[in-house]
Amino acid sequence: MTKKVTDQNFKEEVLEAENYVLVDFWAGWCSPCKMLGPVIDKMAEEYDEEDLKVRKMNVDENEKTPAQYNVSGIPTILLFKDGEVVHKMVGFKPFKEFKAEVDKKLKEN
Amino acid sequence: MSKVYDLTVIGSGPAGLSAAIYASRYNLKTLVLGMNQGGTITDAHKVCNYPGLPEISGPVLGEKMKEHAEKYGAEVKMGLVEDIEKEEGNFSLVTNLDEKYFSKKIILATGTKRRKLGLDGEDEFMGSGVSYCATCDGKFFEDKIVGVVGGANSAATAALYLADIAEKVYIIYRRDKLRAVDAWKKEIDKKDNIELIFNANVVDLLGGDSLEQVKLDNGESIDLQGLFIEIGSVPKTDLAKDLGVKLKNEYIDVDSKQRTNLDSIWAAGDITTNSNKFKQAITASAEGAIAANDIHKKIKSSN
Repeated sequence: MTKKVTDQNFKEEVLEAENYVLVDFWAGWCSPCKMLGPVIDKMAEEYDEEDLKVRKMNVDENEKTPAQYNVSGIPTILLFKDGEVVHKMVGFKPFKEFKAEVDKKLKEN
Repeated sequence: MSKVYDLTVIGSGPAGLSAAIYASRYNLKTLVLGMNQGGTITDAHKVCNYPGLPEISGPVLGEKMKEHAEKYGAEVKMGLVEDIEKEEGNFSLVTNLDEKYFSKKIILATGTKRRKLGLDGEDEFMGSGVSYCATCDGKFFEDKIVGVVGGANSAATAALYLADIAEKVYIIYRRDKLRAVDAWKKEIDKKDNIELIFNANVVDLLGGDSLEQVKLDNGESIDLQGLFIEIGSVPKTDLAKDLGVKLKNEYIDVDSKQRTNLDSIWAAGDITTNSNKFKQAITASAEGAIAANDIHKKIKSSN
């Protein structure tokens, strides 16, 4: 299971991280989010935390961070590097497509 | 060779899960591979026309159907089937995560996906104003102004759901009256904050980082922060096409037993030409049940 991140530890876990961090903004009542769940779990399994950290944030339990990043549709997936958003994805994508898009961004940045 | 299922249902909406309920009660070894338990019905915040359940939320109905199928022995797994091949008389199915399953018979019940407006900026504004799921994204538009494009039942229910959250909801529809059933129309009439705009199409999406305004083909512009697209759906037939299943006007052509043109492949639900393309949970369920019954008869007669 992918580790959670909250409004409280977002700064430390994501913004101050020295590596890439992928954050999935989701909620239990959103069916595309549920569809993406196994894709996110597989991403977390696939990468070494030193290369890419994968975290999930529940937008029902955490309202500050989604608002700060203007999240108005879920699932939204943000890729962070050095505290900045370097890529944004919205909606479900199958694993291979999802991974290919992330890998491309990891190489570019 | 690993386990061979009698039946694999691809798709876990009402059609697929109903087929699984019937098949497992016929004692067929049944697998359901789907991405969303409940399928399209999970987009509905309220379902009021499924017999025996006068009012239930779509996601809960989907979950109940899944539990029902599992109770009688069907295996329901998350999986996006990418490839189907014939191998030694059985089908082999490979998912996007490279899991492989074997099955004697198949029901295609992959349903539909949302139709898009097809406008520039639609993809860019997705998640920044444009949405295809009111129940998913409604909460981000608290006290904001939103539009719903469309006039059938899904647009009506989306507008009603949003009216309780947003400050104002515009329904923008190309015809001169709503196509939704009277029960929803009455509910809409009761809401002070829903405004109907008829004979209009959205032709332009404007904004910076997020959506700020839409332009209509009647010359008007509306300032809003969210636009929910509810203009129907198109069948997901990629797998059917790969297999060589015959289509008719983009839907899978099936007979009264839900058989396709290919041996051992049935289809059920919103993806087929049956049930007058009514696209309801109950008609999808019926098609699933009919397919499972026919498959049971076929397997029994060949043993």
